[in-house]
Amino acid sequence: MKWSELFTSSIGKKWVMAISGLCLIGFLLVHVTLNTLIWANIFVPEDNGEIFNRAAHWLGSNLIPRILEVGLFLFFIIHIIQGYVLELQNRSKRGKGYKVPMGSEGSNWYRKSMGLLGTLIFIFLVVHISNFWISSRFGGLKEITYPDGETFHNLYGEMITVFQELWIVILYVLGCVSLAWHLIHGFQSAFRTIGVSNKKYLALLNATGIGFSLLVSILFAAMPLSIYLGWVK
Amino acid sequence: MEQNTMNLTLKVWRQKNSGDPGGFATYPVKNISAEMSFLEMFDVLNEELIREGKDPIAFDHDCREGICGMCSMYINGRPHGPWEKNTVCQLHMRAYKDGDTIVVEPWRAKSFPVLKDLVVDRGAFDRIIQAGGYISVNTGSPVDANAVPVEKEKADAAFAAAACIGCGACVAACKNSSALLFVSAKVSHLALLPQGAPERRSRALNMVAQMDKEGFGACTNTGACEAVCPKGISIENIARLNREFIGAGMSGE
Repeated sequence: MKWSELFTSSIGKKWVMAISGLCLIGFLLVHVTLNTLIWANIFVPEDNGEIFNRAAHWLGSNLIPRILEVGLFLFFIIHIIQGYVLELQNRSKRGKGYKVPMGSEGSNWYRKSMGLLGTLIFIFLVVHISNFWISSRFGGLKEITYPDGETFHNLYGEMITVFQELWIVILYVLGCVSLAWHLIHGFQSAFRTIGVSNKKYLALLNATGIGFSLLVSILFAAMPLSIYLGWVK
Repeated sequence: MEQNTMNLTLKVWRQKNSGDPGGFATYPVKNISAEMSFLEMFDVLNEELIREGKDPIAFDHDCREGICGMCSMYINGRPHGPWEKNTVCQLHMRAYKDGDTIVVEPWRAKSFPVLKDLVVDRGAFDRIIQAGGYISVNTGSPVDANAVPVEKEKADAAFAAAACIGCGACVAACKNSSALLFVSAKVSHLALLPQGAPERRSRALNMVAQMDKEGFGACTNTGACEAVCPKGISIENIARLNREFIGAGMSGE
């Protein structure tokens, strides 16, 4: 079998979805870990975002994260385009539909709505990238100078400004809710697609997936909320 | 002895042939015994239709013992009707009560075109089996029983996969009309046994290639197929096929 045949087969296409999805999950882990530094005040009084700004600067000025960033965009594009292609192809396979629909027996609504949840995340992503990524990469962020004389982009200050808008906060929270449902199915489905068939491991992966999805989504949603409610200043 | 009987309303998909657009027809059925099977109720209705000089409803059936995989009705939004791990022929009318309305549709998938009424062409499954769902053996004198050792767990898993009767309920239930539960059961059944090992890679590649050619959708692991399978085939088999296929595809074969 040629590579082209492998990656255009139905299982090959799902495999590409799974691998790109797992890489995006890896990215979420890094992203959420770094972003929790906005709450550094809890442990470091009067930090006011300094640790977060320094960490973001380190990530933006190192070669390896910058190379990974290119890969990240590539995986996003592959995952989104392949996802839509598969969704449209799969929808076209039924032909005439049923008078009485199947319902969700043996499944869940979110397992059957990955395309819709993915679209909601995509809409969120466009707003999110225009809020933060573009300004942090191509200028537009204010500078802040710390007592040791070093100057950084004030990404923390930008967050505080952006999350004063209620509609943006609502959009972010909805994005996180969509992400949670998308991940609860996607996490374990990706492992099934790459071939984990052992019941013992599937049970472990399922539990890990639910835990990961909820933890990441709750932490992300708590960021705009804690800023909007004035807990982080 | 008290005889439990009921009167029902059937809404059945009628379609003269594959070119006909088709539509639902409503039939009242009376004095149906709770002990009848679902197909026996159709027999009663068909006899009535024949007496009235009308075309009887075409439906697939053969063994009526739940083991051949011929019966294929989508009843009130569920392949094979309301009972779990059950075929239509083994569904009995005690599942219903007097006055119920029952909607009966054929399997819906482009790869299973309707031939007439509730009969669909499941030839796609036969062609997938022809592509690799077998083992090649040299003819000769019979081999001694138990000459090839097989682990008990693997033998059990292979047997559980081999229970697939190829009815197509998995395709009918799947939102993507994917046939992966069927293909994975057939691949797993042979891949788990030493007799299936020599053709393991080509089997996975050829059967999946044929499945794609027949126009079935891609699996998204929703689990609907497993829930309606009359033989309780597990979706673990799908993960196993994914591994078999990707492994074989990345090999030199």
